[in-house]
Amino acid sequence: MVFGAELSMIWAVLIAVAVFLYVALDGFDLGVGILFPFAKDTRERDQMQSAIAPVWDGNETWLVLGGGGLFAAFPKAYAALMPALYLPIYLMLLALIFRGVAFEFRHHGRGAGKKWWTFAFSAGSIVAAVAQGLVLGGFIQGVSIGADGQFAGGALDWLTPFSLLVAASLVAGYALLGACWMVFKTRGELYERARNWVKQLAVLTALAMGAVSLATLGVDPRVTARWGLTMTSVDWPVFAKLAPLPLIAGAVCFALWRRWKGEPLIAPYLLAVGLFAVGYIGLAVSLFPYIVPFAMTPADAAAADNALEFMLWGAAPMLPLILAYTAYVYWTFRAKVDDDAAYH
Amino acid sequence: MEWDALLLSRLQFAFTIGWHIIFPSFTIGLASFLAVLEGLWLFTKKPIYKNLYLFWVKIFAISFGMGVVSGVVMSYQFGTNWSVFSEHVGSVIGPLLAYEVLTAFFLEASFLGIMLFGWKRVGPGLHFFSTCMVAIGTLISAFWILAANSWMQTPQGFAFAEDGTMVATNFAEVIFNPSMPSRLAHMVLAAFLTTAMVVAGASAFALLSKKALAESRVALRMAVLMMALVTPVQIMVGHESGVVAGEHQPAKVAALEGWWTTRTQQPTVLIGWPDEEAERNHFELSMPGLGSAVNNAGPDDVLPGLDSFAPEDRPPVWIVFWAFRVMVAMGVAMLALGVWGAGAWALKRLDTSRWYHRALVLAAPSGFVAVLAGWITAEVGRQPFVVYGVMRTADAVSPVSAASVATSLLFFIVTYAIVFSAGALYILRLMGKGPDTDEAPPTSDQPPGSPIAAGVKEA
Repeated sequence: MVFGAELSMIWAVLIAVAVFLYVALDGFDLGVGILFPFAKDTRERDQMQSAIAPVWDGNETWLVLGGGGLFAAFPKAYAALMPALYLPIYLMLLALIFRGVAFEFRHHGRGAGKKWWTFAFSAGSIVAAVAQGLVLGGFIQGVSIGADGQFAGGALDWLTPFSLLVAASLVAGYALLGACWMVFKTRGELYERARNWVKQLAVLTALAMGAVSLATLGVDPRVTARWGLTMTSVDWPVFAKLAPLPLIAGAVCFALWRRWKGEPLIAPYLLAVGLFAVGYIGLAVSLFPYIVPFAMTPADAAAADNALEFMLWGAAPMLPLILAYTAYVYWTFRAKVDDDAAYH
Repeated sequence: MEWDALLLSRLQFAFTIGWHIIFPSFTIGLASFLAVLEGLWLFTKKPIYKNLYLFWVKIFAISFGMGVVSGVVMSYQFGTNWSVFSEHVGSVIGPLLAYEVLTAFFLEASFLGIMLFGWKRVGPGLHFFSTCMVAIGTLISAFWILAANSWMQTPQGFAFAEDGTMVATNFAEVIFNPSMPSRLAHMVLAAFLTTAMVVAGASAFALLSKKALAESRVALRMAVLMMALVTPVQIMVGHESGVVAGEHQPAKVAALEGWWTTRTQQPTVLIGWPDEEAERNHFELSMPGLGSAVNNAGPDDVLPGLDSFAPEDRPPVWIVFWAFRVMVAMGVAMLALGVWGAGAWALKRLDTSRWYHRALVLAAPSGFVAVLAGWITAEVGRQPFVVYGVMRTADAVSPVSAASVATSLLFFIVTYAIVFSAGALYILRLMGKGPDTDEAPPTSDQPPGSPIAAGVKEA
């Protein structure tokens, strides 16, 4: 079973990477939608949309890999988490429907139709971000599971001040990613505006991350112990090993707030992704080794060994290939979007 | 009937997959059509093909977008609404769905970006390559989803683990389960026909309203060719699929045929009103003995009727019976239109037969109707099992509250009503406009090498 435990850990890492890629990539798509109401006019909104239109679908596929991968590799975790987070997951899916079709429909709508799809794109992005925050918050605080391994709680268990805080923070974080992407992809007035958004959102995201980090410590005593903290004392040797994480996060936020000048213009976006990575690692450290917090480890929740192995045979060649052609598509659309960004 | 989480989840699944299936069944065929058009354009350099490509790619973009968003829903529904199912079969069909994401979804989604937005950014060769990748991606996707779905129809290659969950004993057997080859072929051909019917309908409409004549004539010919050649093949494949179902899912076949009694010389019931209480068909119009023959049984072979199965093991007969008839009726209609079109083509009347054009416009949605009816036949026919003979649908449902499911179902109905009617509006609007042409109609409406002089004079 040693091999089995290793297999399940490999898949836990792969799924964690898929979810992170989703957050880093579709995060800026959602961020653009969140920032839509702050654009000056229709022309600017068209530019913003053109900056993400060729890649959003590929970005969203990482979410499908995250969900599908969880089903395939950890059916017990999937079966426990999905019913527990039923309502926020459907809220996310419904919002993603509006967001997704608006990419196409905005071009075809006339007058009121175009206005409505502009609204639907923005509202869909905001609601999807909120819902993902609620899912994440509900996940971190854990779900009640019965003896049969199935969800045993109520429909609104996920709705707590903690999950609302996480949701608000994720909206700020995605908006930061979106603003950084705009710095990379646009020029002129919109570019200047995006610079200012980055500055403001760096502060907001720093505050939000700090608040979520502190609140996470209160979720379960095991998390606090992991960080070497109790209500009254600090276990310095333990805390010192993890202290670089919040320090790096602080430094990144400061760099973004200082207005990252000079080239390359992708730097702010990469910094923001780094910020998310630090937060993500911090979360992983807090919850390790659970895949359903405080209830199931990857080995507990894993599919049969032969299923994990069979999938690994596909994932090993396919994931590098997927990354390669994804990178190629990004390279193809590397230029800044023009004012008259042509559709089709 | 109790409006509990089970019934509501079943309604929700039927509703969401019913909407979803419309889009892949159109885009699978349309992606291949686009690849052929672009290939023809690169090969012949005739602008007609380019104009057609640029017209249909817009419709593809809208349909694909709706397919993606409704498909993302499907990938989470197994867990939210059918968590016991997910836990029990995850080790068997989970990997198939993971392979679908790895081999198909990323391919489609990535190259779709180049296909839709790369017209001026990449060379024609690479653009064509992207179109082909999207088309291949849709077919790979169909392969995996039909493998998983067919396993639920005719499960094999698995065993039960100690904790009651299923594990695969042989993944090749799981993937290539008995009903998979015929069901995959049936679905892919259905997708091609669905697209052909839409292309034919839109082209006929353009001809009727005298728009983009050269392009519409070419597209009409391609669609008629597809109809005339593929419909007969599809009917044979469908028959094969029925024979496999007869071997492995006799209750489904008994329900779709409307057979209540087990006997030799089963009839073909053309029409009737199945009554589950009385266990018979009212107003039955049938042809004695033909049913056995159609199902490849000899005159002395006993074929099971619904009385061979306990009432709690029978699928809902009325739905399966009627859905099957609707599907067959659509197939017959397509066959007739294919034959009519081929005849008109041979007599050089394809571009002038206004009655044929009107019939095609009317029949444009027939592929969608057939796919939906076929899907209902297959899926409702599998009931009361979610994995045929192994796991009951009633045992698969999540421990969620009926209120949660009712809420999500209500929101789905509202959302899909808004989104899909807007999508349909935009697609119909594009179709009404027709392809952009480089030529100025009506003076240069003569497609190269096509004998349409008579039609033009008439017009």
